[in-house]
Amino acid sequence: MHVEYQEQPPRSSTAFQTRTTAHTLRRQITNGAAVVLTGVFALVGALFLIYLIGYVFQQGSHFLTLPFLTEAPAALGEAGGGVQPAIVGSLVLIVLASLFGIPLGVFTGIYLAEFGRASLASVVRFMVDTLTGIPTIIFGLFIWVLVVVPSHSFSGLAGGLALSIIMIPTVARTTEEVLRLVPRELREASIALGATESRTIWSVVLPSARNGIVTGIMLALARIAGETAPLLLTAFGSAFGFTSIFRPLAALPLQIFDYTLSPYDTQIHQAYAGSLILIALVILSSLAVRWVTGGFQLRRTGR
Amino acid sequence: MSFAVRHLNAWYGAVQSLHDISLDIQPRRVTAAIGPSGSGKSTFVRCLNRMHEATPGARVSGAVIVDDINIYDVNVHPMAVRRHIGMVFQQPNPLPTRSIHDNVAIGARLNGLARGRALSELVERSLTRAALWDEVKDRLERPAGQLSGGQQQRLCIARALAVQPTVLLMDEPCSALDPIATLQVEQLIEDLKANYTIVIVTHNMQQAARVSDRTLFFLHGRLIEENETARIFSHPSEKATEDYVTGRFG
Repeated sequence: MHVEYQEQPPRSSTAFQTRTTAHTLRRQITNGAAVVLTGVFALVGALFLIYLIGYVFQQGSHFLTLPFLTEAPAALGEAGGGVQPAIVGSLVLIVLASLFGIPLGVFTGIYLAEFGRASLASVVRFMVDTLTGIPTIIFGLFIWVLVVVPSHSFSGLAGGLALSIIMIPTVARTTEEVLRLVPRELREASIALGATESRTIWSVVLPSARNGIVTGIMLALARIAGETAPLLLTAFGSAFGFTSIFRPLAALPLQIFDYTLSPYDTQIHQAYAGSLILIALVILSSLAVRWVTGGFQLRRTGR
Repeated sequence: MSFAVRHLNAWYGAVQSLHDISLDIQPRRVTAAIGPSGSGKSTFVRCLNRMHEATPGARVSGAVIVDDINIYDVNVHPMAVRRHIGMVFQQPNPLPTRSIHDNVAIGARLNGLARGRALSELVERSLTRAALWDEVKDRLERPAGQLSGGQQQRLCIARALAVQPTVLLMDEPCSALDPIATLQVEQLIEDLKANYTIVIVTHNMQQAARVSDRTLFFLHGRLIEENETARIFSHPSEKATEDYVTGRFG
């Protein structure tokens, strides 16, 4: 489109005076409306979270006592008892899942970022992305067929395996992303010193990306800490303390699930108290990560 | 030592960025590569230690012969080449979170050159050669990211020297530095040429005139002229060289 450029007369000083024309008024209204609208929606989102945590706190906080943290569950319908086996079981499951999930995820991420130029990499990337979208109970079913049925027993190990599969895509994709962010100059520095490609990745690229990889791992752990569905078919749950990874294992989400199905008021409230512990664990761990990695970043850029 | 380039061609993907370069680089002297942006001078030095091929899609043909060995021979490993022909980059690129000591030691460690006491001595010697020792000797364990830009660049030079190369390639080593840091690096180049063969790429013609003994003029991926630096700047034999050094273009 051809637009004639017309010489404008020099602005008089009055041009800057606040004169509300119809045009500026409409712009101000649109702008104000956009600010209010986004603000309201953000507030609604935040309110849900506050209401949810507040409600869980109100329902469960009375039952959040020291014995609740240190004792095994009481018999059905009886007062007292706690979720100690569930807390230990959840920690065991997280450790087992990390044992398989972290190396698999990190190495997949390294492959995708560093070596994956061939068509094989795009296949792997597609499969990893698909893995993210699969409902988690499918993983439980998969491990049930693969481990639980042949071994004739629900087990902590089976639960850990199911959770580790859920971890893989999150860890792999964040690892890939942060490795791509490592500046080319750092790789060149290492290569120019006569280091091999794999040595460069191991000694230079991975340490530089450490914070990002740790963040990805913690996100994945926070996600699996609350998973319930895949554990129903694998770890199964237990009222007793941890003895072996080859036996059914308690877990916080499973315990909460069990208690909410109970007809007794006490156990309903214990479910809320258990939820509080779970929420606290996830929030604390993400705060811890922010604190640790944030500290590193400050030191890196600080002069 | 002899250092000869014969019929060197280089490509980025389908684009040829160097055309049939042949010349001899004189040992223990400073050779400057000048030319406008995109003239191929950076590609040229990156071909001298096989860094060019580290870029995805990059390709080289021809020969670079160092002491009767063609570094592009199939039996020669690029890692070995890069160990003997060190490189300093445009942007100072120390590993920012690693300590000053570790930054100098990393090349020696990667190549298994020294450890323990010998390594500390190597670090001190390299930092001294790079004229940085006095400024950092009390804070060797501090992260390298805390140094100033000029100090970081001298740290990178120390790091390159620590693997004991015979040739030092510098790809616009001062373009990210202030005038004082530039002066320090130029002084350092002057000191180093007694022991090293140096090839430096520079945008800055005054810098080429100050630091180099010989000058190569590149244009559009071709070597237009090479001669003693004084000669290039006073009596260039090519019209294009004259136009460039007198500031008529570029």
